[in-house]
Amino acid sequence: MWEYTDKVRDHFMNPRNVGEIENADGIGEVGSLACGDALTLYFKLDETERIIDAKFKTFGCASAIASSSALTEMIKGLPLVEAEKITNEDIAEYLGGLPKEKMHCSVMGREALEAAIAYYRGIPLPMAEGEVVCECFGVTDLEVKRAIAESNLRSVEEITNFTKAGGGCGKCHDRLEELLREARHEVQQIIPDKRPTRLTNIQKIKLIEEVLEREVRPTLRKDGGDIELIDVDGDFVIVSLRGACGSCKKSQTTLKEYVEKKLREQVLDTLIVEEGK
Amino acid sequence: MNAPVYMDNNATTRVAPEVVEVMLPYYSDLYGNPSSMHTFGGQVGRAVEEARGKIASLLGARPDELIFTSCGTESDSTAILSALQSFPEKRHIVTTRVEHPAVKNLCESLDKLTGHKHKITQLPVNSDGTLDLGLYEESLTDETAIVSAMWANNETGVIFPIKEMAEIAKSRGILFHTDAVQAVGKIPINLSQVPIDFLSLSGHKLHAPKGIGVLYVRKGTPFVPFIIGGHQEHGRRGGTENVAAIVGLGKACEMAANQMQEENTRVKALRDKLEDGLLASIPSSLLNGHKTLRLPNTTNISFEYVEGEAILLHLDRFGICASSGSACTSGSLEPSHVMRAMGVPFTAAHGSIRLSLSVYNTEAEVDFVLEKLPPVIAQLREMSPFWQSEHKGKVGSSQCKCSCS
Repeated sequence: MWEYTDKVRDHFMNPRNVGEIENADGIGEVGSLACGDALTLYFKLDETERIIDAKFKTFGCASAIASSSALTEMIKGLPLVEAEKITNEDIAEYLGGLPKEKMHCSVMGREALEAAIAYYRGIPLPMAEGEVVCECFGVTDLEVKRAIAESNLRSVEEITNFTKAGGGCGKCHDRLEELLREARHEVQQIIPDKRPTRLTNIQKIKLIEEVLEREVRPTLRKDGGDIELIDVDGDFVIVSLRGACGSCKKSQTTLKEYVEKKLREQVLDTLIVEEGK
Repeated sequence: MNAPVYMDNNATTRVAPEVVEVMLPYYSDLYGNPSSMHTFGGQVGRAVEEARGKIASLLGARPDELIFTSCGTESDSTAILSALQSFPEKRHIVTTRVEHPAVKNLCESLDKLTGHKHKITQLPVNSDGTLDLGLYEESLTDETAIVSAMWANNETGVIFPIKEMAEIAKSRGILFHTDAVQAVGKIPINLSQVPIDFLSLSGHKLHAPKGIGVLYVRKGTPFVPFIIGGHQEHGRRGGTENVAAIVGLGKACEMAANQMQEENTRVKALRDKLEDGLLASIPSSLLNGHKTLRLPNTTNISFEYVEGEAILLHLDRFGICASSGSACTSGSLEPSHVMRAMGVPFTAAHGSIRLSLSVYNTEAEVDFVLEKLPPVIAQLREMSPFWQSEHKGKVGSSQCKCSCS
């Protein structure tokens, strides 16, 4: 049995604010039955955007229930702008700590809060926009990157503890290692920075073409897509996504989070990638 | 209830007071080394042999076919590794998807450790946890070195057709090992009538202490020791014997032989009352495992839309000790491999509870669990986003963004 703090046990045995709020201003649903834990968070605001009520429903273990209960207690009475600053570490700290293997429960609380705020504001949930790296638990690269940065994670095991990514079939471990290296800037140490300090236009275009050909195109082709360089105007790189990538709803994420990032790493860190049809 | 209601006997059992009693002298006055030539050691050696005889009697084996080990896991490893070394030209192992980690992880590691030189076939099971004999027979090849299949499953209690499986293996000249850790002492086993080559058992599953196991090796079966050292166990397992535990195991086996009838009648009746009561009083609950082809002491029930660890912690508050196949209790993130192999849906797999009884359980304890468990499930379901008050799950309201289903 896990070693839980008295506060975790208390919030598990006597959860606060269980239930739903009718006509809630914010509703955040995260997790699923398949993944083993799920949380629906509700909040109600007053006219000054202060959270006047918060309730939850949770399917999950003691940590998940306690984290949900703690979260509702933490956000009640807070202005929304303050509530949105709450991190998973804050939730864990409020509970006097969680076993390291259970930190993902606090992350679930934080994600539910973000989802509820996004619902209220009518904006898409940023973390869901990334590339799904863990198929078993549906975790995106953006979620992993954030967890690495915020909680200073240093191993795949720690990533699993915090996000559940890699906790199923294990096929994504290589990708998680890659994300870890990228986040810790080890990529630069492994691959020497060959970027020249000054580039002529022709050199710039040639380098961009090389990176697209060597790294970007093979990756996109694996997913049935492709990319074509249309033009380079100063720092603006105009490309066109082809095949499956052309019709993909996440094409902007692909362009910004992948193509632009690669070009900035390997050509010029001021480049801006845009799509031209 | 003042004392804990212990219903986790497939994890470990209470050491029987009678067992403790016979062990005590070997921790005090009778401390001689059983291998010593002097009288003082000799009387201890005789106690070891007397215990060996009692264990052999329970199994229908010859005393010299038993090797004392430290646990069931050591017995399993010894049997499988011995078979592979005995037939190095054969590199195929047949096992099942629901084996205990002692066999499952060993087989999966072998594959990696030997640079994929060994091929492992892990047979699937049906939705009730039973095995398809046809599939089993088809899986055997001329390359198969050993079959390793558990006699009874630790999570569901489902019993495999070991006699038929061993006969099929024998007819093909393949060695057969069974991990009988959960079966010994609960159901009749007569190795003189079943052509098994290796059988593993563990003392702490039948009211003997932890740290003592037995590997049965049929006379004439090729054998390569796992632990090499002194001449103990006729050179088949080096190391000074755990005398007190061996004596305790002997007593436990003697008692098991006498108690088996009770296990199969009174304990089974208690188990059935508990199981039927829970299934009747808790909606959306379902039995995991075959209704009848099961150990008499084990029930495994899933309560949909709630999670196992949460149930266990609430039960613990009432002093009720049970076990769960939920991911959260295991340190893993996925529910038990046994539940997954049976195709138990995720709606239920995360909320599976195993209650395993012994001869020490009483009807009052069963009544206590029947009183305490239903409100716990109801309380957790009220909190679950997948459960509505009219007892109708609304699965899908919180869509999974991942591909698992």
